Amino acid sequence: MRIPGSMLFSSRYRLRQKRLHPITKEWGLTFYVLRHSMLAVVGGLIALAFLLIALFGSMLAPYDPISANIQDRFQPPSASHPLGTDTMGRDVMSRMLAGAQHSIKAGLIVLAIAVPLGVLLGGIAGLFGGWIDEVIMRVTDMFLAFPSLVLAMAFSAALGPSLFNAMIALSVVWWPMYARLVRGQALAVRETSYVEAARSRGASNWHIMFKHILPNCLSPILVTLTLDMGWVITAAASLSFLGFGAQPPIPEWGRMVSDGRIYMLRAWWMSVFPGLGIVLVVLGFNLLGDGIRDSLDPKLRRLTEVTWKREKTSSSSTD
Amino acid sequence: MTTALFECRNLTKFFPIRSLLRETGRVHAVEDVNLIIPEGGTVGLVGESGCGKTTLARTILLLIDPTSGQVIFRGEDMASRSKRDLRQFRRETAIVFQDPYSSLDPRMLIADVVGEPLVIHKVAFGEDRDNLVLSLLKRVGLEADHMYRYPHEFSGGQRQRLAIARALAADPKFILLDEATSALDVSVQAKILNMLNGLKADLRLTYMFISHDLSVVRHLSDHIGVMYLGRMVEYGTREQVFDTPTHPYTRGLLAAAPSLDPNDRDRPREVVLQGEVPSAVEPPSGCRFHPRCPGRKPECDRVRPELIDIGDGHLVACLPE
Amino acid sequence: MEARENLLVVDRLKTQFFTYGGVVEALDEVSFEIERGEIFGLVGESGCGKSVTATSILGLVAKPGKIVSGRVLLDGENLVGKSEQEMNRVRGSRIAMIFQDPTSSLNPLFRIGYQVAEPYIYHQRRAKRQALKDATGILAKTGLPDAVEKSRNYPHELSGGMRQRAMIAMSLTCEPDLLIADEPTTNLDVTIGRQILDLVKDLQREFGASVLWITHDMAVVAQMCDRVGVMYAGTIVEKTDVRTLFRNAKHPYTERLLRAIPSAVKSADKLEEIPGSVPQLIHPPTGCRFHPRCDHVMEICSRVKPLEQEVEPGHTVACHLFGREREGT
Repeated sequence: MRIPGSMLFSSRYRLRQKRLHPITKEWGLTFYVLRHSMLAVVGGLIALAFLLIALFGSMLAPYDPISANIQDRFQPPSASHPLGTDTMGRDVMSRMLAGAQHSIKAGLIVLAIAVPLGVLLGGIAGLFGGWIDEVIMRVTDMFLAFPSLVLAMAFSAALGPSLFNAMIALSVVWWPMYARLVRGQALAVRETSYVEAARSRGASNWHIMFKHILPNCLSPILVTLTLDMGWVITAAASLSFLGFGAQPPIPEWGRMVSDGRIYMLRAWWMSVFPGLGIVLVVLGFNLLGDGIRDSLDPKLRRLTEVTWKREKTSSSSTD
Repeated sequence: MTTALFECRNLTKFFPIRSLLRETGRVHAVEDVNLIIPEGGTVGLVGESGCGKTTLARTILLLIDPTSGQVIFRGEDMASRSKRDLRQFRRETAIVFQDPYSSLDPRMLIADVVGEPLVIHKVAFGEDRDNLVLSLLKRVGLEADHMYRYPHEFSGGQRQRLAIARALAADPKFILLDEATSALDVSVQAKILNMLNGLKADLRLTYMFISHDLSVVRHLSDHIGVMYLGRMVEYGTREQVFDTPTHPYTRGLLAAAPSLDPNDRDRPREVVLQGEVPSAVEPPSGCRFHPRCPGRKPECDRVRPELIDIGDGHLVACLPE
Repeated sequence: MEARENLLVVDRLKTQFFTYGGVVEALDEVSFEIERGEIFGLVGESGCGKSVTATSILGLVAKPGKIVSGRVLLDGENLVGKSEQEMNRVRGSRIAMIFQDPTSSLNPLFRIGYQVAEPYIYHQRRAKRQALKDATGILAKTGLPDAVEKSRNYPHELSGGMRQRAMIAMSLTCEPDLLIADEPTTNLDVTIGRQILDLVKDLQREFGASVLWITHDMAVVAQMCDRVGVMYAGTIVEKTDVRTLFRNAKHPYTERLLRAIPSAVKSADKLEEIPGSVPQLIHPPTGCRFHPRCDHVMEICSRVKPLEQEVEPGHTVACHLFGREREGT
């Protein structure tokens, strides 16, 4: 009997809807909890603002961030230059707007390399245990033992100073934390009854890894990722500050702090504003990360779910 | 004459205690156990902490490798199994655990939790799989709108039903129930026990039921094995073990379990077991039970009693009078 | 049976928990009496409120709960509303409690000899050396082998049964009038648990204390208790002496509960099932809390809460099937 294609499609569609519904409900609860945490909202707004600046900063900058304008050098903050000008007469605000993208790029690239690498190694170590675990963990310890900035500096010195090389260097020292995190989770999940049940029915190691261990790791990874964003940006800025990352004339914020160091007494605005910018961004991601951690906490969710449901039913009953 | 689904011969398992790579002691978890599980039967295992019933069950299911002895499934020695044999074995056997709150992955939808064995054995995909899961849920008394929810929305009794539904996926022949009703209230337990009995009849299953609760074991099992410190001390049909308990430990165990008749409190108990269960690391010599045995004889600390058939397959491991 | 005087009277005790999601009506006017020297059993399934009753008597209800109304009379004195300082003098000396899990109730950092001696030091102001000696004495009384040696052990060095004996010793130090035992044998092996049951019975006879024995196990009730109260969803549905309960239970819940137990003696084919499940106490059923699951349900059962009626001397049942209905909430 030929079933018309449209009927097949609709039943598969309905199935997908039915499966999607509980997942979207869970995310809905997550956003509800987030919305109601003042600190998380503040952090989220800061992070969002930073993201927008990174995307559109160059277009928004009123002055050219690169070319010099010597006669306007060392102007204090004023109406025409809200954050002042630097030693080359460039508008500090425009430089910051144009430079944000470099910090975010650094953050994203480092995490894009470090997180998958760390998760994979940590997962394998935790799942298999035994000598595999030992070997991977000792390698992890080795990388953790290195002072990260020193190692990054060595890398930069060897490969040549540039923001790109700084990002490679940071990735190398950033993955161990994720490896440890996922390994711990893997060890815990491995001992649960539901994994034992799966094994008793013949589940392979890959099945355990992808169906049980990794999904149960998503929450801690997401939280750590968010918190880390701020720290990677700081680390990239630190490297640039020390001269190993972004090179002039790139208006990377850490570089800007470094450039303005010797002029602190004369033109404090050159270092202070980029420095405050970094502080604010880190704060934003930290608050957002804490907020996400709370919103994923099962106990808090269970408590909040009651008020959330009540609000939903009362709003729908007033229709 | 029913065939034996499982047969254990001289099954022994000990866990070494290591200190700096040297073995300083052993936990004698299971020692020289012989057991036959007939197809279609329910074998109950009773015993107190340290008796080895949990280890024995997991060794039978090949989740733990025995130190020595054989596990024979459908006449085939599983030690010499091929990968394909093992896969088939895993499809035909399943476990239901004691704690309903940790035996379901909290991050998975019910449809995926119960359907996991179908995924592992590639029985069905997509919508077909979900339809199979739905029929499993109906079998354990749950509804269609339970399919796409998370485990935390269900009560303990419902979760245990879900665990049983998962065990039934992919058509197993044998289910190990490891204290499966111990964490449930009496009224919930009654429903689950009735359901288990019904499923066994409908689907022609074989059960092994482990419990410390003698009345539950009696209700469900047709054969019962009593274990003490890693050894099987008595084995027989339900009537043999409960109506004519012979081993002193079995008699003490049955006497210790409080009865539902208030008038029994005035009657003096024939056996009162004193003392504690000794450690499995340094078990008593000879008969493991001799330090607590009211009928101890001089040779009981030297000679290890074998299981003797005292009639109709009723086995007791005690030195004869 | 000669009437003995009442040591403890719980009078219409109402305890509620004010949570985020609403008010949990844990205890709904629970009333019972415990006579001097008797063992009174409080039996019910999980969530019925038996542990909350114990903590309410001791004034230890965890936040966000509190006793909303009712009285707890110990020798005529109402414990509800007493200050924390006054209650501290009652706890451990006049009312003592032993718990289900001795592992978490004993401090892992102190030797058990010291922990057993603590009540002597705190309540009776004995000198430390004397208190420790007396502690060893009472530990020996609980059947702990080598009590002198064992009193120098830490809790984790002892087995479950031994820890429970230590707990019992600790509770008996000041010769309390009332011992509350909250499922003390549930986590123990059968043979060890039986030893504890026998021990408590012997000690109770010797010290003359009353015991409030809380359990979910009807068989333990049958062997331990003189009188029993059956709890369901925060209410006492039936109250009588133990032999009458097993021979002639009247409340529909009690009857069905007794038939749901697989007995080690009889081998029934199918166990009795009670349809439905235990209700949530945030929005408990109106009227009689058991009515949604009862097969004798009448129209009045969903409207009016049944009061306790005496169906025979010493036997009360809270059910509209018995006695006249009285209008009320």
